[in-house]
Amino acid sequence: MEDMSATPLVLNEPQAQRFEINRAALVDPAIFAAERERIFERCWLYVGHESEVRAPGDFKTRTVCGRPILFCRDSSSELRVFLNTCRHRGTVVCREAEGNAQRYTCFYHGWTYDRDGRLYAVPGQSAYPPNFDKNQLGLVAPPRVEVYRGFVFLNFDANAVALKDYLGRATEYIDLVLDQSPSGRMEVIHGTQEYDIRANWKLLVENSFDDYHLITTHATWLDYLKDSGVEIKRPEKGHVLPSHGLGKDLGKGHGTTDNVNFRGRPVAAWIPIYGEAAKPELDRIRAELVSRLGESRAKRVADTNRNLLVFPNLVLLDGSSVSVRSFQPTAPDRMRVRAWALGPVEETSLARQVRLDSFLTFYGPGGFATPDDIEALESVQIGLGTYKEVQWSPLSRGMAKEGEQLNTDEAHLRAFWIQWDKLMRAA
Amino acid sequence: MKEIGRAEVEDFLYHEAALLDAWRLDEWLALLTEDATYRVPSNDQPQSDPKSALFIIADDIRRIRARVTRLKDPHAHAESPRSRTRRLISNVRIVGLDPLQVDANFVIYRFRSNEDVRQYVGRYRYTLQPSKGGLKIKTREAILDAMELASLGTVSFIL
Repeated sequence: MEDMSATPLVLNEPQAQRFEINRAALVDPAIFAAERERIFERCWLYVGHESEVRAPGDFKTRTVCGRPILFCRDSSSELRVFLNTCRHRGTVVCREAEGNAQRYTCFYHGWTYDRDGRLYAVPGQSAYPPNFDKNQLGLVAPPRVEVYRGFVFLNFDANAVALKDYLGRATEYIDLVLDQSPSGRMEVIHGTQEYDIRANWKLLVENSFDDYHLITTHATWLDYLKDSGVEIKRPEKGHVLPSHGLGKDLGKGHGTTDNVNFRGRPVAAWIPIYGEAAKPELDRIRAELVSRLGESRAKRVADTNRNLLVFPNLVLLDGSSVSVRSFQPTAPDRMRVRAWALGPVEETSLARQVRLDSFLTFYGPGGFATPDDIEALESVQIGLGTYKEVQWSPLSRGMAKEGEQLNTDEAHLRAFWIQWDKLMRAA
Repeated sequence: MKEIGRAEVEDFLYHEAALLDAWRLDEWLALLTEDATYRVPSNDQPQSDPKSALFIIADDIRRIRARVTRLKDPHAHAESPRSRTRRLISNVRIVGLDPLQVDANFVIYRFRSNEDVRQYVGRYRYTLQPSKGGLKIKTREAILDAMELASLGTVSFIL
């Protein structure tokens, strides 16, 4: 890392219309270690969704930035996030993936914690000196925990800006997703897709909102849609995709695509794959959207699809369905991905069925598209073995243009890298 | 119709496994009924319904056929070049007679270039339908034992 200032990791020369990524940023273990401190220990990181722990005592455990995390509700239904480590010896206190607990007992020596984290009981407490204070030995919460409309985040930096300020203009795009629900409330549906990708996490950031790869990487998915009766228009001259779409820099490293929809969407964009029986239901959903939001906002919700990156590692995919996807780097060339489906709380069982079925047409480890994305990222990572000889990757699509940037341009990807580079340079 | 015994079911499952390992996917399709389903539940919800829970795969017959079309296309990059697989099917049990329900254990070794073997371990749940041409598959569910897919990565081949 000492020579990081000598050779830039992001070469950004707007005047020369050059923007290049130093491939070491995707490979070098020293950079990976620095990222944990400078990015992941400074930024708001997604923990989970409120709907995943509904009743008092409900809990989930997961890993965020290498830390075991307990995500739960206490007896007064308050949402709690704890570092899942016993104050005595460090054991992981709650070792189940999910469930409901009266109390959390560490099995090693039996220290027991209440649902609100307070240390409730210590076997043989009388052997400790008088200065032993149970009140000081509760489960520890991360320095900051905040919620935006059901999405729970933590921050390891006590001095971080408030979550809402951190999200900034990304909230507009989170709100668009939540507008699918009449009450503005969406829930995580049961069933987690949890899988590793043998690639650097930043490659999944890029891939999650880079639409330039769609035609080539997802050729078989497009064929599947065509074969099922979806009209796929020929791209206009100078374009790559069948419909118009933008790539937007939302500031602070966040970004999104914002596309005219051509695929099926469970929020009121019927395609034959959904079956005739679902047609009236999707019509009803659209009518509800229009009456609640007005024609223009309803069209925005239903007839555009958007892949939103919340810097650094949360993606909201509002395309063939809604997927919440977050990923944890585990090595320079490896990450663990978790993905869930999100749906309106008041959705009918038919609409829910369409939503889940539509999800699987594209997303996930058995979908018709995601496996090819994973293959692409893993293939990139293998190719990056040459990073000492082939040092730079251009990321300059759209740079010479004035005005709007397309989803197949790279302005939104550049925005991610610029923020990444800024944080990496900060002392 | 005479009662179907375990030996006949085993022969059928071994035949199916051989077709899949050989990527003879059209012949595999011919083993399915016109309303067949193929499902792989999410690892954390092994006992659930794709109408209300997110699965990894929940195909009706149309999507099974589309899946085969995709897998035969060289642009299905995740399986191009194709994985080599070797399936071991065991502990075959007939658990219901009308309809004919069969449980079996599987280990599928998946090999790809320049990487370690991936081992998919779990159990199958079948509903089989006797027909003139022999048994047919009406429902086929592959339930993985792994707590997460984790290093297994994807299910880009037919599990």
